[in-house]
Amino acid sequence: MSVKADPAIDALRRELLVLLGSSDVLTQSEDLVLYEYDGSVEKGRPDVVVFPRTTEQVSDIVKLAARHEVPIVGRGAGTGLSGGALARSGGVMIAFSRMNRILYVDTDSRRAVVQPGVVNQDITRAVEDAGLYFAPDPSSQKACTIGGNVAENAGGPHTLAYGVTANHIVALELVLPDGEIVRIGNEHGDPQGYDLCGLLVGSEGTLALITEITVKLSREAEAVKTLLAIFDTVDDASQTVAEITARGITPTACEMLDGWTLRVVEDYINAGFPRDSAAVLLLEVEGLREAVEIQAAAIEEVCSENHAREVRVARNDSERDLLWKGRKNAFGALGRIAPGNYVLDGVIPRSKLPQALRHIQKVGEKYGFHIGNIFHAGDGNLHPIVMFDPRDAQQFANAVSASEEIIRYCLELGGTLTGEHGVGMEKSELMPLLFSDADFDLMRRVHDAFNPNSSLNPGKIFPLSKGCGEIRVAGQRRVPASPYK
Amino acid sequence: MTTAANVGVRLESLLGADRVTGAAEDLQDFAIAGLLPSAVVRPASAEEVTQVVQFALKENLSLIPCGSRSKLEIGAPPSRYDVAVDTTSLQSIAHYDAGDLTLAVDAGLPLRRLTEILAEKNQFLPLAVPCFESCTVAGVVASGIDSSLRLQYGTARDFLIGAEFVDGAGKLCKSGGRVVKNVTGYDLHKLLVGSLGTLGIITRLNFRTFPLPESSRGHLASFASVEDALSYYKIVNATGLPLANVELLSPEVASIIAAILKRTDLSLSRFAESDKWYVYVAFEGHESVLRRIAEELEKHAREGRAQTHELLEQTADETLGGMLREAYEWLRWSAPQVALVRIVVPTALANDLAEFARIAQTNSLQHALLVRAEGVLYLALMASNSDEAALAALRNAVRDIFLAAREKKGHAKLLHAPVTVTAFAAEPPPHGLALSVEKRVRQAFDPHNIFAPGRIVGAA
Repeated sequence: MSVKADPAIDALRRELLVLLGSSDVLTQSEDLVLYEYDGSVEKGRPDVVVFPRTTEQVSDIVKLAARHEVPIVGRGAGTGLSGGALARSGGVMIAFSRMNRILYVDTDSRRAVVQPGVVNQDITRAVEDAGLYFAPDPSSQKACTIGGNVAENAGGPHTLAYGVTANHIVALELVLPDGEIVRIGNEHGDPQGYDLCGLLVGSEGTLALITEITVKLSREAEAVKTLLAIFDTVDDASQTVAEITARGITPTACEMLDGWTLRVVEDYINAGFPRDSAAVLLLEVEGLREAVEIQAAAIEEVCSENHAREVRVARNDSERDLLWKGRKNAFGALGRIAPGNYVLDGVIPRSKLPQALRHIQKVGEKYGFHIGNIFHAGDGNLHPIVMFDPRDAQQFANAVSASEEIIRYCLELGGTLTGEHGVGMEKSELMPLLFSDADFDLMRRVHDAFNPNSSLNPGKIFPLSKGCGEIRVAGQRRVPASPYK
Repeated sequence: MTTAANVGVRLESLLGADRVTGAAEDLQDFAIAGLLPSAVVRPASAEEVTQVVQFALKENLSLIPCGSRSKLEIGAPPSRYDVAVDTTSLQSIAHYDAGDLTLAVDAGLPLRRLTEILAEKNQFLPLAVPCFESCTVAGVVASGIDSSLRLQYGTARDFLIGAEFVDGAGKLCKSGGRVVKNVTGYDLHKLLVGSLGTLGIITRLNFRTFPLPESSRGHLASFASVEDALSYYKIVNATGLPLANVELLSPEVASIIAAILKRTDLSLSRFAESDKWYVYVAFEGHESVLRRIAEELEKHAREGRAQTHELLEQTADETLGGMLREAYEWLRWSAPQVALVRIVVPTALANDLAEFARIAQTNSLQHALLVRAEGVLYLALMASNSDEAALAALRNAVRDIFLAAREKKGHAKLLHAPVTVTAFAAEPPPHGLALSVEKRVRQAFDPHNIFAPGRIVGAA
């Protein structure tokens, strides 16, 4: 298959082949097409994909790309859900999958230094014998990489109690768009000067490429109890979450699956979710044995006050693992039902959960879609899943409209656009719903302080309508139209 | 044209006379490292803050935001200081959803007042910080001062979920939001923690709040040597028990606490033996959890060669816990001249503590050492008089501590020192060539360098 002719790209490809060798560079269309997707509905094909093995190679790649004025996008496992790791403007994709070594573990100080391509769950595997683990646990943790987690500030079910990725990162090594290698933060975690790690985590690859990460490791809890609360109405389930929150009970995880979704999951996994229920809550408490018993009893009390039909407690690790398998593989299960789905990521105040779910139901009815709900109820992070056929232009347009309506409602309730998936190219055009021109001006200046030519991950976070210098690079000619326009 | 002489008058015409102070005796209260502003302005709304910043931009004036001024001396001396922006008139609570445990509070609200409001809903903000009775919410965040609850709840960065502030372009900006989970846009609000007013003037902060613990207790153990105390400190930290605070007190710190308590109705007789090292542990939760933790601490103390060990009764615990929360406050006044240094090293070992102590001794200075939660060290270097030799000793010791901390891949900063020491002892810049990044971030927020110029080394 032939590839597009572009003198700058051709020259860059040749130089990258010299720099890295043919086994670490992809240039053929049939290879590149595999990198034009992530977990979102967006697309963006790179012109070349490279697989560096060292920070110095990353720096050299960045310098070459800068010389040819070609944009760069970093990529981990490509499991992202907002188009963050897509080459919206073409250019060089730096795939970090071969920078996947755990460089150093200190179990005493509970720190690990890892390369960005290390798979999230592999960090835990490397330290679990010492009773430690890496707390952020996105559903894709068996595949997603820590570099992607850092770029997106990934969450997961247990971040309700333990915090998102940003709370577990103490130091980073960065490669800036001019190839300079910089270290920020420190092993202790108490920054000197500004909290630059706090800024970089979640910056979606728009400020720097991250080549080394120092993470905090957490101690496994002495006791854990997993509860499955079963409800006959969604309202009762969501009211239970609101009350658990309001009463100051702090489960480590509090996930909700509505009846339609759990039936799809059951068909696929047989996790033990009762098919005739309207909603279930998957709740977990961890800590000292004494605390776990008290918290579990308090949760059971709230569930029963809100008409839970039954509260089951996982009797052993395999029952617990099965319940979590059902939760974490739910998106895979949904893939069997419709050719496409659109996963939203809005966040609302927990106190508004019942009304938000009622509204989502109404929006689904209005557009004739089935909208499943499987989400991090405990922190108000909704994941309505609009099931549709992307091959049907009208359905695609309706799915986008329904999604936008839901997101706008989240904002009306005092919420936000995205809780853990990132803005990427999927939600960038909605950003003006939340941010003023002054906010964008400041964000743009911070962006430009790191990435003045927008050579890193152009076309992300900032709405194209706001300019923000995002389309100044060579790839500008290939910036696609936003689905929201 | 605005001059030092007429800046107050110009500001009065902008916001009204009741918002501006130019009287010399009042300005003295706003001194930083011996520098006085030409005027103090007290905006009563975010819009007025915006007006002040736009005025400063037009007139090329430097601004230093402040709250109760309890921690104004943290940071390097400013290179310019024209106007103090007193945010204590910004006191409203814009949003409090107790059911969602989220809060938006204006910059100048006293933390004490906020604590009372939250307590009505059985909630609190885990900012157990010094000068608790007077400090403002934004002052706590901007100063980056340690909370004695950081072990359990983290630092402000962990529960600050959004902010509004006026940037160096004179615009009211926001970052984050009012929900507990949010990755929309850059987390600019995290940069405000410890930024010492150099990035903007905070007008409002959004927090996640927490349920008040059912109850809390404290445990105290004493040791004959620093090695035994440090070993126990580390064992306790490694138990995995959910602890709110663990602090190691040198004999000198214990003596200072005992002396302070002697002047009050409160007393902690345990501190009478001034040659002992102490480890204090605080923990929270249900009674059954407290019992379990207390039992385990007693066991570890016995096995760890503690000379005395006991579960503190509630009043004694509140007294000692309160004293440790205020350590910054009393350590800095513990001798005629004190340099209080905060030191962060990856893992504090006995020989690290010995080295810091040796630096004090080499310079003929008394010292008091507190190993706070997560291994943050507070070292008070104490001179018994204010003569030039004593000040020179403080300068040398501070410089050596900075270098030693850096050698150990850590860093140190001055929390308090005589002016001549502060001016002399420049903090070494951060490791790893991040200096240029710091500067660029600062310039992005404050392109015209009007906010607290010089206060963060490396960012100026």
